[in-house]
Amino acid sequence: MRPNTDSPAVAGSAAAGPMVSFDNVSKNWGENHVLKALNFEVRAGEKVSIIGPSGSGKTTILRILMTLETPTQGLVKVDGDVLWDVKAGDRPRETRQMRATRRKIGMVFQQFNLFPHMTALENIMEAPVQVLGMNKGEAKERAVELLNLVGLSKHMDHTPPQMSGGQQQRVAIARALAMRPKVLLFDEPTSALDPELIGEVLNVIRDLAHSTDMTMLMVTHEMRFAEEISDRVVMFDHGRAVESGPPAQIFKDPQEERTRTFLRAVLQH
Amino acid sequence: MIWDNSFALSIIPLLLQGLWVTVKITLLGTAIAAALGLVLAVVRRLAIPVVSPVASFFVIFIRGTPLLVQAYCAYFVLPLYGVSFDAFTTGVVVIGINYSAYMAEVYRSGIEGVPVGQWEASTALSLPRGRVWSRIILPQAFRTVVPMLGNYLIQMFKDSAILSAITVVELMATAQAIGSSSFRYLEPLTLAALLFLAVSYPASQIVNRLERRYAPKH
Ligand SMILES: Nc1ncnc2c1ncn2[C@@H]1O[C@H](COP(=O)(O)OP(=O)(O)OP(=O)(O)O)[C@@H](O)[C@H]1O
Ligand SMILES: [Mg+2]
Repeated sequence: MRPNTDSPAVAGSAAAGPMVSFDNVSKNWGENHVLKALNFEVRAGEKVSIIGPSGSGKTTILRILMTLETPTQGLVKVDGDVLWDVKAGDRPRETRQMRATRRKIGMVFQQFNLFPHMTALENIMEAPVQVLGMNKGEAKERAVELLNLVGLSKHMDHTPPQMSGGQQQRVAIARALAMRPKVLLFDEPTSALDPELIGEVLNVIRDLAHSTDMTMLMVTHEMRFAEEISDRVVMFDHGRAVESGPPAQIFKDPQEERTRTFLRAVLQH
Repeated sequence: MIWDNSFALSIIPLLLQGLWVTVKITLLGTAIAAALGLVLAVVRRLAIPVVSPVASFFVIFIRGTPLLVQAYCAYFVLPLYGVSFDAFTTGVVVIGINYSAYMAEVYRSGIEGVPVGQWEASTALSLPRGRVWSRIILPQAFRTVVPMLGNYLIQMFKDSAILSAITVVELMATAQAIGSSSFRYLEPLTLAALLFLAVSYPASQIVNRLERRYAPKH
């Protein structure tokens, strides 16, 4: 089932380089140095979980990739294309290049962020129709397929307020997939859910991780889940990747004291 | 002065004509206010150099001066500079522009009420800016705007009486004219008040219902 992550997994990818690379990326909020000269790479098709204490910069990494945040400095590339190239003191602006590169990325948010005035189907069809110029029939067909995939074919015509959090998040995943991103970002996709709804969302993500060539980058506090689906787990602390390795190693035999302390604290619950 | 029933009945057709003019002013004025208010709100939000500050100043200026003064300026001063329209057109445009400044604020609060996550999801899907406004943000902002628009419509309906001062022959001016020509003010003014009420009360009931229907859902 699992694609061979050593080979260029996605057709058309720049075969040699990484799918995502952060090269000396810093992010400051005033005096708060959230990311400190971060170097970080993700291979094509790789499933990476980011763990770490609150405030360590995990969300910031995903938001910079989604262009929702501007790095203070550094180079970010996706699939060989420049997303951010910020020199010290620059005030970067949105460029055509950035917009083109951004299309390769999708994101699933903690708060789902579905469009509340549209049905599940319309939520999924919106971007393929408006951005890719797909005709409505084709977009609908694909949306129905995707709703099937996330187990919500019965909820096509429901609007977000009529759905549970778990259902909304599954629609949000389908909506992101509709744009066929090469990289899919998840920011604590189950943190806003009632405990009994977490499983259904994790199942969808697990199936996705096992069945696609997509590169997946997930911030999560679900350690068991991260262990199960990840090719690699990265431990963040104070804006730095302090340790990175296969889940078995990170969870069973962490090398860094900070990783050990963190895991001890979260696994106690 | 004693109420004269037959006189009252005899002036009703004239007053209804005046009411019809008032209704026309209100509907046309509201259309202008709704459209121009939207443009002002979006332009201010886009923070375009020069243009957005001008829009902001315009809103402040309009809100800070009385409707009556604006009407007088448009009807009596602008013609001195070669800009002149009939009283009805001037009245509609003045009241429409006046209310657009208030509508701009309503739109603004509606737009600001849309959660930032909606903008972020739109960015994540690479939706073009124009589409984000027209298909994601504004439809949600309208939930706040629609009931407020109704309230302003009712207020404009009553405020339009001020336009009698620039010779627009709406309901109030009609009542006044009847009064001054017959020397009986009791019947025309009472009936004018009742006609205003007969429209505005049911309208406010409808707005209340709209308010409940468009109340934010979660
Ligand atoms: N808009 C902002 N303005 C100021 N500071 C911010 C802003 N967004 C994030 N920060 C700061 O950046 C730091 C890192 O935030 P980030 O959200 O990346 O952390 P995180 O690792 O995702 O934490 P959590 O596990 O709590 O989600 C925090 O100290 C936070 O206060
Ligand atoms: Mg976070």
